[in-house]
Amino acid sequence: MVGGSNPSEPVFYIFKGMNKVMKGTKSFSLLDHNIVPHHLLLSENEASQVLKKYNIDKEQLPKIKVKEPVILEIGGQVGDIVKIIRTSKTAGEAEFYRLVIE
Amino acid sequence: MFKTVPKRIKEIRFGLISPKEYRKMSVTRVITADTYDDDGFPIEMGLMDPRMGVIDPGLRCKTCGGRAGECPGHFGHVELIAPVIHVGFAKLIRKILRATCRECSALLLDSNQKKKYLEQIRTMRKMGQPIEDITNEVFKEARKPKICMYCGAGQLDIKVEKPSTYVEKMGDHDHKLMPSDIRVRLEKISNEDIEVIGMDPNNARPEWVILTVLPVPPVTMRPSITLESGQRSEDDLTHKLVDIIRINQRFQENREAGAPQLIIEDLWELLQYHVTTFMDNAVSGVPPARHRSGRPLKTLSQRLKGKEGRFRGSLSGKRVNFSARTVISPDPNLSVSEVGVPLSIAMEMTIPVYVTKRNIEQVREYIRRGPDNHPGANYIERSDRRRIKVTDSNCEEMAETVELGWKIDRQLKNGDIVLFNRQPSLHRMSIMAHNVKVLPHKTFRLNPAVCPPYNADFDGDEMNMHVLQTEEARAEAMMLIHVQENILSPRFGGPIIGGIHDHISGMYLLTRGDSRLSKSEILDMLSKTKIEELSEPAGEVDGKPYWTGKQAVSHILPSGLNMAYKAGICEDCDTCKEENCELDAYVLVKDGQLLSGTIEEKAVGAFKGLIVDKIIKDYGSARGLQFINDATMLGIKGIMHYGFSFGISDEDIPNEASIQISELLGEAEDRVMNLILVYNEGNLEPLPGRTVDETLELKIMQELGKARDSTGNIAGKYLGLENAAVVMAVSGARGSMLNLTQMAGCVGQQAVRGERIKRGYEGRTLSNFHTGDLGAAAHGFVKNSYKSGLSPTEYFFHAIGGREGLVDTAVRTSQSGYLQRRLVNALQDLEVQYDGTVRDTRGMVVQFRYGEDGIDPMKSEFSKPQAIKWIIESVTSKEVE
Ligand SMILES: [Mg+2]
Ligand SMILES: [Zn+2]
Ligand SMILES: [Zn+2]
Ligand SMILES: [Zn+2]
Repeated sequence: MVGGSNPSEPVFYIFKGMNKVMKGTKSFSLLDHNIVPHHLLLSENEASQVLKKYNIDKEQLPKIKVKEPVILEIGGQVGDIVKIIRTSKTAGEAEFYRLVIE
Repeated sequence: MFKTVPKRIKEIRFGLISPKEYRKMSVTRVITADTYDDDGFPIEMGLMDPRMGVIDPGLRCKTCGGRAGECPGHFGHVELIAPVIHVGFAKLIRKILRATCRECSALLLDSNQKKKYLEQIRTMRKMGQPIEDITNEVFKEARKPKICMYCGAGQLDIKVEKPSTYVEKMGDHDHKLMPSDIRVRLEKISNEDIEVIGMDPNNARPEWVILTVLPVPPVTMRPSITLESGQRSEDDLTHKLVDIIRINQRFQENREAGAPQLIIEDLWELLQYHVTTFMDNAVSGVPPARHRSGRPLKTLSQRLKGKEGRFRGSLSGKRVNFSARTVISPDPNLSVSEVGVPLSIAMEMTIPVYVTKRNIEQVREYIRRGPDNHPGANYIERSDRRRIKVTDSNCEEMAETVELGWKIDRQLKNGDIVLFNRQPSLHRMSIMAHNVKVLPHKTFRLNPAVCPPYNADFDGDEMNMHVLQTEEARAEAMMLIHVQENILSPRFGGPIIGGIHDHISGMYLLTRGDSRLSKSEILDMLSKTKIEELSEPAGEVDGKPYWTGKQAVSHILPSGLNMAYKAGICEDCDTCKEENCELDAYVLVKDGQLLSGTIEEKAVGAFKGLIVDKIIKDYGSARGLQFINDATMLGIKGIMHYGFSFGISDEDIPNEASIQISELLGEAEDRVMNLILVYNEGNLEPLPGRTVDETLELKIMQELGKARDSTGNIAGKYLGLENAAVVMAVSGARGSMLNLTQMAGCVGQQAVRGERIKRGYEGRTLSNFHTGDLGAAAHGFVKNSYKSGLSPTEYFFHAIGGREGLVDTAVRTSQSGYLQRRLVNALQDLEVQYDGTVRDTRGMVVQFRYGEDGIDPMKSEFSKPQAIKWIIESVTSKEVE
């Protein structure tokens, strides 16, 4: 990092070709894992409500890549907004939103 | 004169400047080392040629026509009679010489290799990555061939002497390469080869690192100063340039006169020396050029390098007006929110006051007092913005002439608000607003209770003070950064300011058990607080009324305060007897009356301070501040009433205790020997997941640890609760029972990286022990106490353990400092918006709810969701689980 390098694309080694491996075996859901927070795709209507609530454009949301395993799992498309519900030590549950990007 | 137009920088390119370019950018050739003529005018083509810019007011630059201050200065140049090496590139020259043919200057790699490296360099460049690794490999590989693969010439080893002398080894005699020889070689390197060594032939031809032309910096960057005697004193750079030009001239004369080679070479060396020290006067192997006084000259590199250099000192360095810095010292009689300012500083620092109808009389008074009569005025600014210094002689007159709309600079006086700061400013409490109290002597004074947020002590610490200059700034300081607004830390939601040391010991002595005070005593206790009414006495003895220590504390508690908690001295009995605790550890406050419990660190201490916390949250920060003031004053009065001292004899323990301790340690050592015996017989049962060796170590450590703690208990028992060290440890004022154990009982095991000491000779730590000795003493167990004194081997082991502690702290501070910097840089402009979201400056959302729960930690109860618990407790006056 010393030379001022550009961050490289994240690579998801574990999940490369996961579908191939999983073919024929009983598939599992990433979301079943207890440390993966719940991801929900928002409908058009819900999405616009979220944007309205925070008075922002889509681009001001935090981002998440389509290639991210959870997004593959829930079938998110570029431009979708996902709602992430995390368990929080202090707040019980915390809501978070991300824009799916390329 | 030309006006500069603002331009946008698109690209910065680094390279070398060619001699041609040096001449092009030069406004004059400098041929004479003289500066000014007899009339004091700069000499043409001299070092102060007016074409290179002007510094004397009144003269105009002969190049751009600008006056001093307007003209940025222009470069001149010196034509060097013989080329010299630029020291900054000595290393590069060495690498290139070794990598190229001495005859044809080809890079000594075959064309395939060259192609490969070139490709690598190009891809790295495209990715914006450093190319050092590749070029280093190129130099390493090209150094290897002994014969040139292009012309067949044999290659010679090149030795480097000092900074910039290159010598070729020709059999048994050495041949010195003159800069001109080197230049010839570098000139012949082809553009293709230059690219392979990572240079850009268009921007940096290698031969340009050998200087044939020396740029002369503009006069403006080496101004001469005129001394009071009228004598001119030249800048260090000018001195150096004079040397260069003189030698250059002498060199030329000698060469034209056909002087012998030896003399020529000497002069050449001298020229090299002067040019080298002109660039950098701290090159290793070169004696620094010195002033007549013996002071080394500050040349180009010295201007840039280091803490006081251009980058760190001038460009990144920020210095401010209206600030003061001096040593701090304690003054417990000040309020926590005050700062004692030395009179001499107060008279120097000013606050602007605008003259209005309402304050004109006051202003007149300030001016009348003049600058030497403390709250006076130093300057007056008229409505035409002309500033007049107030002096002893003009103050009367100025006081009469002052008009509405003028401005005066009034001296700092009691009650003014200033910012007070101690570096390193790691959290927001490192800068707080205090009220000024002007005091005699030369140090800043502060109440020791504000030391924790600044992390200050009085072993020579210095602090800075900044005087606020506008009403807005003062209002903001009062409301946001005043000490009372920072008692609660945003880090953990508890008070960071509170009683320390003697405050706590005093409160403890005052409130433990049923201490009784006579009327005069309790009045003295409360004399420094703001309390004006004395409560009813607790009872009478022999017809004289008495008050309890707890009543004294009740006076400073706000009425209506209800609290219940277990004090730090509580021993967590199975069933808490609450008010009837024999340790008096259950603190119960009802309606502002302390009914039971001992006040100690957990009640009023910094970082803990439950009562302080409760008062601030229920009664506001101003009441909290008053409570801290009262509590610290009361604590000090308390400790003075009972008297408190501590010395080496306080660690005296009776003979029987010493015997008990040595017996105990002897038994422990026996058990250790036993363990070793079992181990040696191979009968030691390993613990799960451990080897036998580890198990032995662990068990020995455990045994010795237990032994040390037991000695502490014995010592503690004999010292008793009246012992000053015990009082301090129990109340949380200073020190711990461990410290006491080590002083009176046994210092215990010395450890390196959490293990017994093993390093040293083969099989043993010191030659005092047998090889393979696994016993306690041979691996750093210190049987003695600090009081009884350590044996030589113990002392040595103790030093080992102590050193580790020092190294650890040194490493940790530097690492955490860097981590802090990176975190602050990443987070500094995130902001919590009114809708509870956290956003950056572009409006990008970072968190949808601050900290997931939207809670301001400063307003939380010690960062725990305890609000409801607290409410119930304050209503029921009972601690709730
Ligand atoms: Mg210090
Ligand atoms: Zn000029
Ligand atoms: Zn060759
Ligand atoms: Zn108890």
